[in-house]
Amino acid sequence: MIKKKTPAWMALTLGASLSLGFGQATAQEQVVKIGHVGPLTGNIAHLGKDNENGVRLALEEYQAKGLSIGGKKIKFELVAEDDQADPKTGNIVAQRLVDAGVKGVVGHLNSGTSIPASRIYNDAGIPMVSPSSTNPKLTQQGFAYIFRTMTNDIQQGSVLGKYATTKLGKKVSIIDDRTAYGQGLADEVEKGVKASGGTVSAREFTTNQSTDFMAILTKVKMQNPDVVIYTGMDAQGGPMLKQMRALGIGAKFMTGDGGCTLDFIKLAGDAMSDKAFCSQAGLPLDQLADKTFRDRYKKRFGIEVQVYAPYAYDAASAIVEAMKAAGSVEPAKYLPALKKVAFKGAGGDVAFDDKGDVKGGAVTVYQFKGGQWESLK
Amino acid sequence: MNELAEAIPYLGRHHPKAARALVLGLILLAPVLAASVGNTWVRVLDAALLYVMLALGLNLVVGFAGLLDLGYIAFYAVGAYTWAFLASPHIGVHLPFWAVLPLGAAFAALAGVLLGFPVLRLRGDYLAIVTLGFGEIVRIFMGNLSVTNGPQGINMLDSLSLFGWEISRGLQVTENFKINALVLFYYAFLLFVVGSVVVIRRLQFSRIGRGWAAIRDDELAAKAIGINTRNMKLLAFAMGATFGGVSGGLFGSFQGFVSPESFTLLESIAVLTMVVFGGMGNLGGVIVGAIALSLLPEVLRHIALPLQQALFGKVLLDPEVLRMLLLSLAMIFMMLLRPAGLLPANARYARAEYLHDKQEAA
Amino acid sequence: MENLLQQIVNGLVVGSVYALVALGYTMVYGILGLINFAHGDVLMVGALVALQVATLLHKFWPGLHPLLILAISLGVAIPVCMLLGYVMERTAYRRLRNAPRLAPLITAIGVSFLLQTVAMIIWGRNYHSFPPLFPTIPLEPFPGVFITPVQVTILVASATLMVALIMLVNRTPLGRAMRATAENHRVASLMGVDTNKIISTTFILGSGLAAVAGVMHASNYGVAHYSMGFLPGLKAFTAAVLGGIGNLGGAMVGGIVLGLVETIGAGYIEQLSFGLLNSSYQDIFAFVILGIVLIFRPTGLLGERVSDRA
Repeated sequence: MIKKKTPAWMALTLGASLSLGFGQATAQEQVVKIGHVGPLTGNIAHLGKDNENGVRLALEEYQAKGLSIGGKKIKFELVAEDDQADPKTGNIVAQRLVDAGVKGVVGHLNSGTSIPASRIYNDAGIPMVSPSSTNPKLTQQGFAYIFRTMTNDIQQGSVLGKYATTKLGKKVSIIDDRTAYGQGLADEVEKGVKASGGTVSAREFTTNQSTDFMAILTKVKMQNPDVVIYTGMDAQGGPMLKQMRALGIGAKFMTGDGGCTLDFIKLAGDAMSDKAFCSQAGLPLDQLADKTFRDRYKKRFGIEVQVYAPYAYDAASAIVEAMKAAGSVEPAKYLPALKKVAFKGAGGDVAFDDKGDVKGGAVTVYQFKGGQWESLK
Repeated sequence: MNELAEAIPYLGRHHPKAARALVLGLILLAPVLAASVGNTWVRVLDAALLYVMLALGLNLVVGFAGLLDLGYIAFYAVGAYTWAFLASPHIGVHLPFWAVLPLGAAFAALAGVLLGFPVLRLRGDYLAIVTLGFGEIVRIFMGNLSVTNGPQGINMLDSLSLFGWEISRGLQVTENFKINALVLFYYAFLLFVVGSVVVIRRLQFSRIGRGWAAIRDDELAAKAIGINTRNMKLLAFAMGATFGGVSGGLFGSFQGFVSPESFTLLESIAVLTMVVFGGMGNLGGVIVGAIALSLLPEVLRHIALPLQQALFGKVLLDPEVLRMLLLSLAMIFMMLLRPAGLLPANARYARAEYLHDKQEAA
Repeated sequence: MENLLQQIVNGLVVGSVYALVALGYTMVYGILGLINFAHGDVLMVGALVALQVATLLHKFWPGLHPLLILAISLGVAIPVCMLLGYVMERTAYRRLRNAPRLAPLITAIGVSFLLQTVAMIIWGRNYHSFPPLFPTIPLEPFPGVFITPVQVTILVASATLMVALIMLVNRTPLGRAMRATAENHRVASLMGVDTNKIISTTFILGSGLAAVAGVMHASNYGVAHYSMGFLPGLKAFTAAVLGGIGNLGGAMVGGIVLGLVETIGAGYIEQLSFGLLNSSYQDIFAFVILGIVLIFRPTGLLGERVSDRA
């Protein structure tokens, strides 16, 4: 109880000072708050910051052009929150954005936080556009306010499965890490393999905390597959590839976007060869639709684009374009326009289908060559 | 509540009535005060109340009966998944809460007895490790069975509703005045917590409670004076699990989404820490422990981040790391300096030596 | 057939790491009646310290022979972990020897979290790749059955260390003092045994073994990470209970049995459960076996002590 007193008092004083802060925008100028959520701390903090920068760049560029909507000059304010890639924290910061009165949200980064948080935004009537959550569930909940600018796992999984079967070999073993991401992607890969005439000789499972895969790999070896596909993160994928080779399994190895990283290459060590492949939603950075995007990003922030920044840029642009088309910054008014938005973004053409998924998203397959992942096709 | 009031420095000793009024006022007004800064804090308070219920239930097993349970979160999971099955589009059943919650509680109690039976003979550390295993087994099954939708979890759970009115939609009092859903959740949860406290309090001072205390302090002696230790222990597991089950159901209704990720060993340990931190066996202590530790991360985020920015110009330790650091240090130092917790249990039904003395080694 | 053989090899390798860690648990439990939850994290510290040393050596003496690097990093990691074990005992556990029985356990959980958090602050949250210090080309002793040089080393080293420890406990004056302390602190100290010193020594020995286990674990899988000790720690504790806690031979048997059950279980789970379960359930084996053994034989496979000592 004693503990509770302090925040409550703090709450009061803070509340007073906050309410004083409102209403300062002049009559001709309207401040519009746009929220962004991603992990800004923890082991994928760099990806969260990357997304945030993408949104910042988009808003600043619109600002610089002197945007006015409904007769008022618009001043954007980015409210950036940190969800630590944790569902519980995600819900809390989502609530905080709603409290702050944002007109639209770009985020969250992870599917695990996006899905629970989407309910909060939808209930509050605030459009959310995720630049990087790939779990199909996000847009299958029937929420009108939820969109994404990134290819989902259904699309990625079918490309993965199809590529493996048609280019690498007909007999495929699939291993997943029993997370929502890994299992979801694995199911789609299996469908993709079967649809393109391959056979799935084994489905094996591990966890996202395991380090020993010898037992399941010995089983996989019995099936003698052409390709082993792992859907999970690099921390397991790298050592898994290593253990495969230690067991004398010569099959090709393929993994999803969780393994398309530099860490994977380091962790797999000398087990890496041109028999290792990975897939990633979106276009390779050197083939982006907007050729000057990377330069503008680098000029503004002094660092290179990591992965999803172009799609965060597009997500923010989609919101602003919809506001422009509707002539209003109020979510209820611009939502119909957001559903119909169509423009050429940094990552490609942006338009949403009736569920809120981006239409015709791209998936790229990479192969390990010369010490790094190199895009194919 | 009296214990909480007494714990307030100065006021509790000298003006017990004022202290009680203060506690009551704080409990009732907390969400309103919190809402004045932002609903974020109300959401945090809601979650804290769920932890209070969990801690109360675990306290019954660990604090009263002296059975160390490291898999307690499994019962929370049973309650949450019961809600998910019976009140969501998952299998298309939408039962009202007054049907689902008792069912969830019953299933959890059943799970408690199932766990209790085989481990009756085990004590202390052995019990701890077997219950830990039980918790993990339950989580692994929830994460792999197809009926529970595996790691994907179950989404779109119904919220608490009364006569067709859903609490999550908030309450429109007049045209301009709407009570927020989160505030309503707070009061709903508060009702459950108060109910639990009343039940547990009655239990504690009943024949059963005294029996538990006797088993905790000396099982052999308890048996010798004619206490049916087997039934008493099973009852402790079942009762503790019941509270976990109810709390799990409420969690489901609040979050609207359940997945195995929410029921890890770490959560079990977190709840145990709340119990121990506040004061095992003492209801007031357990409540304070649960509230303090569940508010900690949010408070840290609000204080530690700006403070580090101001002092060093950058964030050296992010709040999550800081929380873990403080939590682990708290666990160690509490045990070293104040092993009976923040608000120790009074020795009414506890042998004084139990609190301060350990068994002589082997 | 070669698959079963391969699974047995896999199981033996995993099991001997468990056994090595389980020895530390069982020694401490035998003497203090304390589950040192942080023991698994000592393994992690050992691995990360060794990684740090190896990385530094790579940087400053690039041409150094891998086995020399291994020796030096072990030479640093073992004393660091021993010191850590000593400090843990002195600062946290010693003062709790007469506290209520939950207190030391909770402290131990706290120490475990503390070690993980500090390691996270020092080494970050990333998985680090552990440099290959052994030749990586797998051997093929039987056609179709593979074993890497690291794994051979693990088998040999753990067997040697375990035998050495048992000799130490059963054949030396120090060992006799340890056994006396385990039997009864008070009487042992009356007989002139410095029990505090013996308890410290126990922690130091256990931590040293954990450091070795950590380096072996990391070089076998090629990864090191701040939370890598938790699961092996838990499994090793299970192994110690399985074998009969407080019994050194039991820890070895428990470790090996658990390793075999886990891999063979994961390998043949479909056949064993008539197609009902698959390898996603592989982690329940440890706990199911533990439950069954404790319920039907509460003293563990080789145990002497009764489970009722609280």
